[in-house]
Amino acid sequence: MYTPDFHYHKAGSVAEAIEMLGHHEDSRLLAGGHSLLPLMRLRLARPATLIDIGGLDELRGIRVHEGHIHIGALTTHGEIARSHDVQHANPLVAEVAGGIGDPQVRNRGTIGGNLAHADPASDWGTIITVMDGSVEVQGPSGSRTIAIGDFFQGAFATAVADDEIVTGIRVPTLVRQGHGHGHDHGHGHDHGAESINGEVGEYAKMSHPASFYPVIGGAVVINAEGGRCVSARVAVGGLVPTPRRAPSVEAALAGQELTAGNLEAAANQLANDLGDEIIGDIFASADYRRAIAPVEVKHAMLHAIGLAHH
Amino acid sequence: MKVPIKLTVNGRSHESEVEARTLLVHYLRDDLGLTGTKIGCDTSQCGACVVRMNGSTVKSCTCLAVQADGAEVTTIEGLAQDGNLHPVQEAFWDNHGLQCGYCTAGMIMTVAELLERNPNPSAEEVRAGLEGNICRCTGYHNIVKAALAAAEAISSGAGGG
Repeated sequence: MYTPDFHYHKAGSVAEAIEMLGHHEDSRLLAGGHSLLPLMRLRLARPATLIDIGGLDELRGIRVHEGHIHIGALTTHGEIARSHDVQHANPLVAEVAGGIGDPQVRNRGTIGGNLAHADPASDWGTIITVMDGSVEVQGPSGSRTIAIGDFFQGAFATAVADDEIVTGIRVPTLVRQGHGHGHDHGHGHDHGAESINGEVGEYAKMSHPASFYPVIGGAVVINAEGGRCVSARVAVGGLVPTPRRAPSVEAALAGQELTAGNLEAAANQLANDLGDEIIGDIFASADYRRAIAPVEVKHAMLHAIGLAHH
Repeated sequence: MKVPIKLTVNGRSHESEVEARTLLVHYLRDDLGLTGTKIGCDTSQCGACVVRMNGSTVKSCTCLAVQADGAEVTTIEGLAQDGNLHPVQEAFWDNHGLQCGYCTAGMIMTVAELLERNPNPSAEEVRAGLEGNICRCTGYHNIVKAALAAAEAISSGAGGG
């Protein structure tokens, strides 16, 4: 199945890509193409012009800084999953990257393209939201950083202007204490809750069985000390038009002892954070999503602190 | 809109003019006549169209030919060297890792990459690595067996690949 016809331009630099965006009306950027090309083939998108940024090596690569990781927009999911730096600094991010789509999707799909596409259920949308990360964009008047909470404006809509390009993603590292850097992988799979000091993160999702695209995802980062939750961040995807933090769940968890019962009670607060705009489609109705979402959040919590039965 | 591209396919360089919207799989099959690569679902789910581009497996139905400009592409036709089947091909043959054969080219390309990244996988790791390849005959048992046999052949040096 071919896409509709379009004009094709290959950008030689970020500056050139931005200039092209300004000159061509109804143009879209092409990175790995794993969101855009399927849409075009279904005629759900018909841009007049594609500007190919796939060759811009300046947008590729992972750098670890004090307190955060910088991931170039064109870095593929597979590169993130295999990066020892990411595995060490934020094992949640590495694990999620390794669970996106299938090996071929991970070889082509990029983190910047995924976020710019802004599918309400995207793995990265939920994960960057729970990590409280930010997105760097560049336009004719320079660069700016958009906090993830301001980035998504609706389903398939972002705060990136028509003549701007996503250049990179900043993700905080998971803060670990007690075990010393480099030993504790942060997952907590093999630990009881008492042994966790610092942040542990986990993601649980229900995926479409053929495409592996997430339908509903729940992500948690729990900051624990001595078996108690000091504070928590919780985010869900696939429920409302954008990934969303769940402040009621976070508040219900803070200060609590990390028992399965307390985690479940906190997860069940999720309905308070969703409102009435829950999305539904032929694969999963709104009611179904509403019912399953707290279950995914609970699974993520149990896995994070090592209480899950695999 | 026609766009000039230059790429290497199975070691041979090609210069072509393609419609911008030409998918890599159509370019390989229709322009170059390399019909070993199949089109299955056409929605990047089934993996019948998997080829390698600069070493990485990709679904060639979800890649434009223009995106392969400058790349080195390997298809199933390019795996055998000097008349000797690639060890993964050999293992699929020996273990009957196919039924109708439609998914086989994609399966073999994926297993070849999988074994380069993980030379000694468990059956479970092979199955996870084949997530993006669907066998409509559901002949997975022998496919996994073939992949494990190929791993052994390669690590023992018998495959020569």
